[in-house]
Amino acid sequence: MTALPDFAPAIPEIVLAVASLALLLVGAFKGDGSTRLVSWLGTAALAVVLVLVWANTGDKALTFGGMFIADRFASFAKCLILIASGITLVISQDYLKLERMDRPEYAVLVLLATLGMLMLVSANDLMSLYLGLELMSLSLYVVAAFRRDAVKSSEAGLKYFVLGALGSGLYLYGASLVYGFTGTTSFTQIATTVGNGPSIGLIAGLVFVMASLAFKVSAVPFHMWTPDVYEGAPTSVTAFFAVAPKIAALCLMVRVLVGPFGPLVDQWQQVVVFISLASMILGSFAAVVQKNIKRLLAYSSIGHVGFALVGLASGTEEGVRGVLAYLAIYLFMNLGTFACVLAMKAGGRMVEDIKDLSGLSRTNPLMALCLAAFMFSMAGVPPLAGFFGKLYVFMAAVHAGLYALSIIGVLASVVAAYYYLRVVKIMYFDEPAEAFDRGQSGVIRFVMAASAVIIAIVIPLALQPMTHAAQAAAATLFLG
Amino acid sequence: MIIQALAFYLFAAVTVLSGAMVITARNPVHSVLFLVLAFFSAAGLFLLIGAEFVAMILVIVYVGAVAVLFLFVVMMLDIDFAELRTGLLRYAPIGALVGIVLLIELVVALVSWKGASEATANLAVPTPPASTTQNAVAIGELIYTHYAYLFQAAGLVLLVAMIGAIALTLRQRPGVRRQKIANQNAVQPADVAEVRKVASRGGI
Repeated sequence: MTALPDFAPAIPEIVLAVASLALLLVGAFKGDGSTRLVSWLGTAALAVVLVLVWANTGDKALTFGGMFIADRFASFAKCLILIASGITLVISQDYLKLERMDRPEYAVLVLLATLGMLMLVSANDLMSLYLGLELMSLSLYVVAAFRRDAVKSSEAGLKYFVLGALGSGLYLYGASLVYGFTGTTSFTQIATTVGNGPSIGLIAGLVFVMASLAFKVSAVPFHMWTPDVYEGAPTSVTAFFAVAPKIAALCLMVRVLVGPFGPLVDQWQQVVVFISLASMILGSFAAVVQKNIKRLLAYSSIGHVGFALVGLASGTEEGVRGVLAYLAIYLFMNLGTFACVLAMKAGGRMVEDIKDLSGLSRTNPLMALCLAAFMFSMAGVPPLAGFFGKLYVFMAAVHAGLYALSIIGVLASVVAAYYYLRVVKIMYFDEPAEAFDRGQSGVIRFVMAASAVIIAIVIPLALQPMTHAAQAAAATLFLG
Repeated sequence: MIIQALAFYLFAAVTVLSGAMVITARNPVHSVLFLVLAFFSAAGLFLLIGAEFVAMILVIVYVGAVAVLFLFVVMMLDIDFAELRTGLLRYAPIGALVGIVLLIELVVALVSWKGASEATANLAVPTPPASTTQNAVAIGELIYTHYAYLFQAAGLVLLVAMIGAIALTLRQRPGVRRQKIANQNAVQPADVAEVRKVASRGGI
């Protein structure tokens, strides 16, 4: 008779799993009319799980035979993911109704994807990592194709599925090489084995694992799917894609590279530097010519991933702190921007061209002001939060001696500033286009305004506590 | 001993040959049948190394369920297999290139796999001695005790696949009349039949 494993560290995940199963039943029995109810209950479940994660934050705890880890790093990442999922669920309700895709499965799939992300950031084993990754990705493929009568949405889902499956295949190939050369799948044991010196097979495995993770965070050269999927997927889904899965995959990348492969930092550093450079440059230059706001945001998110990876490239505790702070700021910037995109509704249908924003300052000054704040923040203009995110990662890179990376990164962010500011220019100085419909839901307006306030006022004023939390989270990875 | 060796070479040869036939046969139904043959001979190989549980599962699950399902799909879907093959020649070189690169990597990795003393020392779950543990017991121990977490997670992944398949394909068609057994049973004679008096030389 074996003793039961310790369930305490995994309570948030268990609660979320049970809640999503219960909501699936509610949806199945009450039919399509229950979408709103299931959505709100799902948001409530995410809030409860957020409280549980918060209350559960503590020192490192391993369970399920060392396959699951709960520590401050995981808690920090989980808080960001849960906030992102909860808010995207709330702001997508009206959109779902408008586009006639309001079926209760949507919320259930978002919940299950979130569960996968939580399992991902808590993974301490190559196998639990893979299952978390699949749970997340599979749910995302389905929601990408959720508007099944639209060709673009189906195409986005299919494209994402095929390339995502390729990414998973790469991961499995790499993981099997790592297993072959270390004889273990546990991160803890891999770290001790790797410390004895790298072998060629191990490095090949590591590169494959990194390639698949780069697929998931859509870093160059594995970014090809991003613009098409972001454009084709329903806007509410794009909002979800742009934030929560990115945060989860980036945190996972940090954990895998710094944790089990920490001793191989010389080997993976060059790869991360390349990925980061390429993402920053492509994200900046390719976005300049975009006409569709969702495509623009897709390239912008590729660029942001590049900036966040600058922190990881430094391979230091300060760098990881920078990544976490960057992600926290990225979360609010992007949620706010997508709330604006979800409010772009003219004549009873959604519009998504950048030129539809013309003269927004005169037709809807509040929305224009918020969107301008997000754009300035993404460009990294000083008093706003986005500046501090960039500051932390570049500071870490400079301290680690990566001068070339920092200089090119800053130059890329100057190019990126051009297209962010172009949006502001179109809103404030162009002749007004057709005004957007009034009467957006209160929730969207609230999320828009609240994110703008957080970006412009709260984070710059409350930098100390935020970096403190990020610091504590980063430190747990380096304790050994 | 010699019989065992003979059996091994027989099964191995059949597996490889039928595997090759699966992808070269012109008729897709023949492909599926060769797949079944490949499964059977692989099950034989498993039996030879003493993994009788896996061998039986392979026959029951793969041959009994999966391959039959394939057969149904191949027969019921109207897929033009000739058209599917048109791009084959065009994409074959790049596919071969990627395959060769991966093969070279594997070979390099294999060559540098020196004895793997660390790897064997690290094995998370060492193989129990075959003489004392039955292999069904060993598999059960692994899946339901050591890897219970992964087992549950895999269950969730399958659930998502099911939800996805239903959410993306199930359509409620209007105007389709379905059989409702309860309603049929609840029908009273008075609802469907009436007795009329028919006048002579009249009609209704």
